[in-house]
Amino acid sequence: MKFNRRGFIGAGVATAATFGAPMVMGAGHGKPKVVVIGGGAGGATAARYLAKDSAGAIDVTLIEPTRTYYTCFFSNLYIGGFRDFASIGHSYGALAAEYRINVVHDWAIGVDRDAKVVTLAGGSKIPYDSLVISPGIDFVDGAVPGWDVSAQNAMPHAYKAGSQTQLLKAQVEAMPAGGTYAMVAPPNPFRCPPGPYERISMVAHMLTDINPSAKILIVDPKPKFSKQGLFEEGWGKHYAGMIERIGPDFGGDKVEVRPDTMEVVIDGEVEKVDVCNVIPAQKAGKIAEIAGVTDGNWAPVHAHDMRSKMDDNIYVLGDASAQGDMPKSGFSANSQAKVCAMAIRGALTGSKVFPAKFSNTCWSLIDTEDGIKVGASYEATDEKIAKTSGFVSKTGEDAALRKQTYEESVGWYAGITADMFG
Amino acid sequence: MNSETVKLPQRRYVIPHRVKIILSLVFTALFSGFAAYAQPDAQEGAKVFRRCFSCHMVGEGALNRTGPSLNNLFGRAAGSVTGFAYSQDMVRAASGGLVWDIENLDTFIENPKSLISRTKMRFSGIKNPKERADLMAYLRLFSDNPANIPEAAPTLPLRDPDVNPVILAIKGDPEFGAYLSGECVSCHQIDGSDGGIPSIIGWLQADFITALQAYKSEHRPHPVMQMMAKRLSDEEIAALAAYFETVE
Repeated sequence: MKFNRRGFIGAGVATAATFGAPMVMGAGHGKPKVVVIGGGAGGATAARYLAKDSAGAIDVTLIEPTRTYYTCFFSNLYIGGFRDFASIGHSYGALAAEYRINVVHDWAIGVDRDAKVVTLAGGSKIPYDSLVISPGIDFVDGAVPGWDVSAQNAMPHAYKAGSQTQLLKAQVEAMPAGGTYAMVAPPNPFRCPPGPYERISMVAHMLTDINPSAKILIVDPKPKFSKQGLFEEGWGKHYAGMIERIGPDFGGDKVEVRPDTMEVVIDGEVEKVDVCNVIPAQKAGKIAEIAGVTDGNWAPVHAHDMRSKMDDNIYVLGDASAQGDMPKSGFSANSQAKVCAMAIRGALTGSKVFPAKFSNTCWSLIDTEDGIKVGASYEATDEKIAKTSGFVSKTGEDAALRKQTYEESVGWYAGITADMFG
Repeated sequence: MNSETVKLPQRRYVIPHRVKIILSLVFTALFSGFAAYAQPDAQEGAKVFRRCFSCHMVGEGALNRTGPSLNNLFGRAAGSVTGFAYSQDMVRAASGGLVWDIENLDTFIENPKSLISRTKMRFSGIKNPKERADLMAYLRLFSDNPANIPEAAPTLPLRDPDVNPVILAIKGDPEFGAYLSGECVSCHQIDGSDGGIPSIIGWLQADFITALQAYKSEHRPHPVMQMMAKRLSDEEIAALAAYFETVE
């Protein structure tokens, strides 16, 4: 370093600012480096807050394979015809141009925790001081007998938004008159607890318009599901006679699929269907397992800062993490990302760290202007992220309130996507 | 197939058709009731004003808050309330002769930015013409012009409860507020856009604190906001108010 006058003054300020809060400097480079794997609600938010709040003091790299990110939240509304596909797509342009985040469109395929280096599919190696892993979900192999990724064209999951979502919508539109749409619902825990049931509502909405004699069959391994009373009331009101659900009492937990013949076998009974939406059991995105930070299907983290229980330099956000009481949702991941970004910034630059606060709200749409919501707030305990209070929409609410709830969800979508992508 | 695995179709659950019929009867009854309202209704307008009163006071003793007092609004020149710092665009429109007659007001309330592009009024507008008419009927109660409508006392539910002056006087830490604001901006957009969820930037601190304390005490009904406010301490609310006042 050259000590010209400007440089010297700057260095003096930096030294003064770090008394009592040591600055971590990565080996061999000037600024601390944070690498974020995954550009969804957790990763994009974490990258943006790290870059924004550190004002250039931290080098932020975001690794995300897709150029345009389609949000899982509101993808059901696209299926129902309430949003166009482009409206749920987001680019990383602002994160790169305005926040100076190094956005790398590639897959992370390896993490060397000793050398603190991430390897990309393209061959690059990116060093980090802190690593944020926010990869979302992958599916558990063999969770639904007869289904694997090679069957996802015949039987889409549409549970990672994008071409799968478009495929499922096209299949529903092409169903023969009076045909059957089947959903194989996932066991707990899974991404977006009300998601499958909002999807049923949106498929029913579309079928009511274009194919009113069609049937919907839900094969569900769970005895209960999120916002069940609200969904059932709504289905009775808007889609009477169309939706049938087979729970575990009647074999909903003993299902296999035959993609070649479009058959669903429920506890030995064969049902021929026209569309089959298989949402298998889920686990943390593969890179979390590769990095060795998972225990079972998910990656355990400390509640105060989302730091991995396996590695002090790694943080895991969103669906992939096992954190306690928060549901796996985009809202949760966004909330966790801000706590995590603050903690990382504090550790790397000595900035002030405030107590963690988390919250979540999930809105679901049942039919036109009939929106419902469930939410809760959470705090960090030594053991887990623990729920402190919550609320849920009530059955029998008037149409004006439901309309307001829907409009609120549209406002939230604009808010959270601005918070993620700038 | 053995007898244990035989499914009884009637025990699978299907939403019965009669529920739909009952519900549709209820809704028909509800909606036919609406037809009775044809004239603008100031009482309904008082309810619509709930969307405005975080920023605007009206009635006896009304002060300028985040927005100007709305007393004597009808027939008044735009941008003319003493002591209120209007946006440059509003000042420009005022010098061009804009007067708040019923047509201009209707246009402005429908979409404020359509009339004044960079107005300080960060509100997406009221699209329903009946609601606008009701709101204006309510606001007319507080205008001397037309002269035969006297100024009336404000209707009680349209004011948040007064906040203890000690709480109101807490000096918030904007840096702490900036951190806490992460929870707010998951829904409320930081650029002040308002679409389904209101803008919360640029509010006077006192208004911000009063509103959040009203959620905390459940005087305001929204369940998400009640949940958020209830776990904020008075210091945290003050910190958020201090931060959001500075956001442009």
